Amino acid sequence: MSAPSIAVRVSEVAAVTPLVKRFRLEPESGGRLPAFSGGAHIAVEMQDGAHRRRNAFSLMGSPSDTTGYVIGVRRHDNGRGGSRYMHERVTPGTMLRIAHPANLFPIDGRARKHLLLAGGIGITPLVAMAEQFARDGQPFELHYAARSPEHAAFADELLERFGPAVHTHFSAQGRRLACASLLAEQPLGTHLYVCGPETLMDEAFASARALGWPEQSLHRERFAAPARGLPFAVRLARSGRRVDVGADQSMLEALEAAGAPVASLCRGGACGQCETRVLACDGTLLHADHYLSAAERGAGGKVMPCVSRFAGRSLTLDL
Amino acid sequence: MPETSIKSRPVYGTLAPQPGTRHILLADGDGAAAIVDLARAAPPEFFERAHIITAPAAGAMAVRAPLRALAPAVLDETDRLAAALSRLAEVLAGAGMGTRLYVAGTEGTIGQAMQVALDAGVELGAIATEHRGSRARRVQCAHCKTFIDEVTTQPVACSGCGLMLFVRDHYSRRLAAFQGVCVDAEEPGSAPTPEEVFT
Repeated sequence: MSAPSIAVRVSEVAAVTPLVKRFRLEPESGGRLPAFSGGAHIAVEMQDGAHRRRNAFSLMGSPSDTTGYVIGVRRHDNGRGGSRYMHERVTPGTMLRIAHPANLFPIDGRARKHLLLAGGIGITPLVAMAEQFARDGQPFELHYAARSPEHAAFADELLERFGPAVHTHFSAQGRRLACASLLAEQPLGTHLYVCGPETLMDEAFASARALGWPEQSLHRERFAAPARGLPFAVRLARSGRRVDVGADQSMLEALEAAGAPVASLCRGGACGQCETRVLACDGTLLHADHYLSAAERGAGGKVMPCVSRFAGRSLTLDL
Repeated sequence: MPETSIKSRPVYGTLAPQPGTRHILLADGDGAAAIVDLARAAPPEFFERAHIITAPAAGAMAVRAPLRALAPAVLDETDRLAAALSRLAEVLAGAGMGTRLYVAGTEGTIGQAMQVALDAGVELGAIATEHRGSRARRVQCAHCKTFIDEVTTQPVACSGCGLMLFVRDHYSRRLAAFQGVCVDAEEPGSAPTPEEVFT
């Protein structure tokens, strides 16, 4: 089972851009928070009316500083409401509960050079990585792609902090990030880390593979916020209960709200922790995770309730 | 004294062209034919980006001619494995991501070329290997740390300390050698008669 959650107090909130806020979370009881490494994330619990959400956010502070965690949150008005809640309801002094950090996007310390590629708010885990590389004296280069300087949250402070290691690419200024040419000129032993829109991550991986980069040198953030969807219901075989999943709720959140919690970690379809057996399915499982293989999806015996949904007459889970 | 094979025992494949911006191929006399076989499946431009380094017996004309016929961008013909390995290290020192390494030949050749490549920062996934020729092993004595090349018998006498060593499947990529452990420590002199097994 998961470690108990940690009570934190929001000590600072800063509007970084019109869409991005930075939050600093400090332990309620003082002292230190658990150590973490670059690329790690936490799940933040939010009690939004009747809904309890848990959204995953990458830690973007320095791994050397465990007196507080820093997260950067981009507001998604068409999302399920977690980022809006953080933007509208969370102020200095707000008490929150968070899960222990976990890292599904770890650094490979054997690399000779670390090449970091960020698109938009995907910058956050890469900031913590850059801090770690700077501390450890490991060579790195950070490329930050955004529409314009106004959309590039944290770019100024990154430039100030890491100087020539930081490169910005603003498409509105006609300086779109050219993955292929960037990847073509990297020294042996370089590892690539990409975080941002799926299209950027796919493009970077496709370019690298075409150039002959081996799989072990390619790393990407895999968890993604669960999407909204149509409401549906699931039946729990062991208790015979029925649980309704709302449009703005993930199946995992609905199960937690109903008192039938499932162990979870990334809450974004990457880690496999919440894998749940499907006993009967009259309809279609809408898989949205990166975890189950095509064969497992085809067999229809498993679902990842953190991001996947269901459409049809009835779904029975082994819970 | 068979040993059930363990995870570190290297597994070799068959050389095949990979996507890449530069292809470095290293073969000893036994492995040269694997490069010729790879060429049959290679796209026309493959050898325009290829650098072939040959070692020992490849000096023989019978092996050289087919490799020359492939018209690689660079062909380095050396006469000793040590020379081929130092050439490989030089080439990799200036190489970038997208470089693919292909090694063919005996286990000793493959292991030592991989050792050079890993030291230079090449990822395992960028190295393709194909075993050709003898199964002779490079062994390190666990006791005096001497490396013994071309080991064909089980057990084998250490050329450094003289102990009779059981040659294990336990392999070190860092050392590019199998581990040899004293076989008669409990009862010195009780070692079985060496048999030719790695041939």
